[in-house]
Amino acid sequence: MPSCWVNALVRCVIHALSPSVSVPRERARESRTLLRFFAPALLFLGLVAATVFAQAPNGGAAPRSVSDPQAADTKGDEGGSIMLRWTLSPDDSAGQVTGYEVFRAAKPDGPFKSVGFASRGSARFADGSTDDDSSYYYKIITTGPGGSTETAVIGPARSTAEWFNSNRANVLVIGLLISGAVLYYIASAKKGKKLFIRRIAGLEAVHDAIGRATEMGRPILYIPGIQDMDDVQTVAGVTILGYVARTIAEYDTKLEVPTSRSIVMSTARETIKAAFLSAGRPEKYSDDMVNYITDEQFGYVAAVDGIMVREKPATCFYMGAFFAEALIMAETGNSIGAIQIAGTAMPAQLPFFVAACDYTLIGEELFAASAYLSNEPRQLGSLKGQDVGKSIAMLAIAAGTALFTLNQILRAEWFASAGQWLKNLFIVN
Amino acid sequence: MTEQTVERRAIWYLLGFLAVVLAFVLSMALKGFTQQGFYVTLGAFLTLSILSFLYKDNIFYKMAEHLFVGVSAAYWMVMGFWSVMVPNLIGKIHPPAVKPFMPAIASQPASYWYLIPAVLGIMLLWRLMPKGAWIARWALAFIVGTTAGLNFIRYMASDLLGQINSSMVPLVVIQNGSLDIMTTISNLVLFLGVFCGLIYFFFSKEHKGVFGVGSKIGIWILMVTFGAGFGYTVMARISLLVGRFRFLFDDWLGLLK
Repeated sequence: MPSCWVNALVRCVIHALSPSVSVPRERARESRTLLRFFAPALLFLGLVAATVFAQAPNGGAAPRSVSDPQAADTKGDEGGSIMLRWTLSPDDSAGQVTGYEVFRAAKPDGPFKSVGFASRGSARFADGSTDDDSSYYYKIITTGPGGSTETAVIGPARSTAEWFNSNRANVLVIGLLISGAVLYYIASAKKGKKLFIRRIAGLEAVHDAIGRATEMGRPILYIPGIQDMDDVQTVAGVTILGYVARTIAEYDTKLEVPTSRSIVMSTARETIKAAFLSAGRPEKYSDDMVNYITDEQFGYVAAVDGIMVREKPATCFYMGAFFAEALIMAETGNSIGAIQIAGTAMPAQLPFFVAACDYTLIGEELFAASAYLSNEPRQLGSLKGQDVGKSIAMLAIAAGTALFTLNQILRAEWFASAGQWLKNLFIVN
Repeated sequence: MTEQTVERRAIWYLLGFLAVVLAFVLSMALKGFTQQGFYVTLGAFLTLSILSFLYKDNIFYKMAEHLFVGVSAAYWMVMGFWSVMVPNLIGKIHPPAVKPFMPAIASQPASYWYLIPAVLGIMLLWRLMPKGAWIARWALAFIVGTTAGLNFIRYMASDLLGQINSSMVPLVVIQNGSLDIMTTISNLVLFLGVFCGLIYFFFSKEHKGVFGVGSKIGIWILMVTFGAGFGYTVMARISLLVGRFRFLFDDWLGLLK
């Protein structure tokens, strides 16, 4: 008989899931009757079992509350945050705690509102939504399957902004080291010390590319990326534009700079104007050299492609931050036979420039370009100083790697501790 | 250009225009002369106009390009006004002024710190005046200087320190008394890649001898990375192309079932 019920139930389920499976009408009716009886029974049994099993671990008792709760300003931040700390509930490790809910109020007598939840095993919570001018009161509620218990009211606590973030002292020290090196080398270069810069092929070609455009009597197209002036790549692109514009002024070639940001347009105009002035050709400068197209990425690239195929520039420069438009522009430039020099620090776009352009400045080379091209002491010293930063990185990586490797081979705890200490020096908080 | 050539070209343009109008009307008829049908047909027409650039520059591409540039420039100007000027300038300096548009901002207290960017903005616009265009340079210098200063800290923390921290790995990994080959190879590639990459980007020393070998390995690793990146991105672009074709063949022509 039980097997008969089971069969009937299975058939009924199959029928429900797949209406195309034919079930005799009588059997289907039998199955529905059985389901009507079994469904509420199974539901009731399930509820009973869930209640019994849920209360089993702690026998239904609420977990004990946390002890020694404290609320104080988060140290070394810019304000707007209060840190709450406590000693875990004695029931935390026994699995009778699901977490700690933090409630906040502006007055000690409430009303308290939940501001967040710290999971089991966590003994602190940062409330990052505070106003520096206000006092706050907190309650920590320990929750578990058996209920919840709350602490007494904690507070008042106020958040304040600090001048220095002590957690970021390592950033300060390394920043000072690199800045010191930059200043030292700038001073050395100014005193006349010759600073060596290795050859960068893409930049060697800049002169030839401008010369080619001059000989062919065709314009030069300069794209300073599609980001605003708050992107260092755009800053680098506009700085290189200054050098290119100066050479163009000397060669008397036509320059076109379509931009996708209004502030980049203003900066580019000022840069080119200054370059033409320093080349002794201020009368050759015109605001029409730099145009704003649109902020819209693909609208911009559609217009630039149009300029390329209609005006057929002999040389195209792409220096700055680029996204999906990089390949579209570089391919169009390639199709019109322009000599193309690109430079960007966008890892996803570099492959396209490498494939479609004659020369590509990869990442850091873009930032080194202005120093390389201008040969100016300040910029050369800055470049040399940056190399000091790279030396620090190489030494630290080599030392840390050696210590961790020795620990693996010799199994000596000292190497692991020393390696970890060194690694911690470069943690960013 | 002779008069006859001009005349012939005008006839061709007229015929082309009529063909486009006819195609547009036919397409609309297929979609049932609804508003949705009009938008889909217009979208398909503009898509085909942009794609026609693959053949060569033509009047349809020019039209779509100018439409795109004009509409997007106007859109960003309006966006800039309503998402920056109104809430971040007028709403901060004199909140009641924005009450009809943004009531949530209107109830906040005024913050006169925002007068500083307002002044910088006016200084930027000063270049339009016949005299004193140099005033705009101060605002630009402020923007560029602040950008450089903020990014110096940001890049040093994320790129330099973060990279050093993550690159300190054991070159030999032994687990449960035996060599973990996969992790060892992974760590070796990581160390070699970072170290040789740094050598390549070292500018104040000539890349000769051991340094030159390290630099060559660095550029090889970079090129392999670029190759992988190229393939990955092309794959993503193909999916965009598929999306456009789906629009043309499904939404517009209804050929896909």
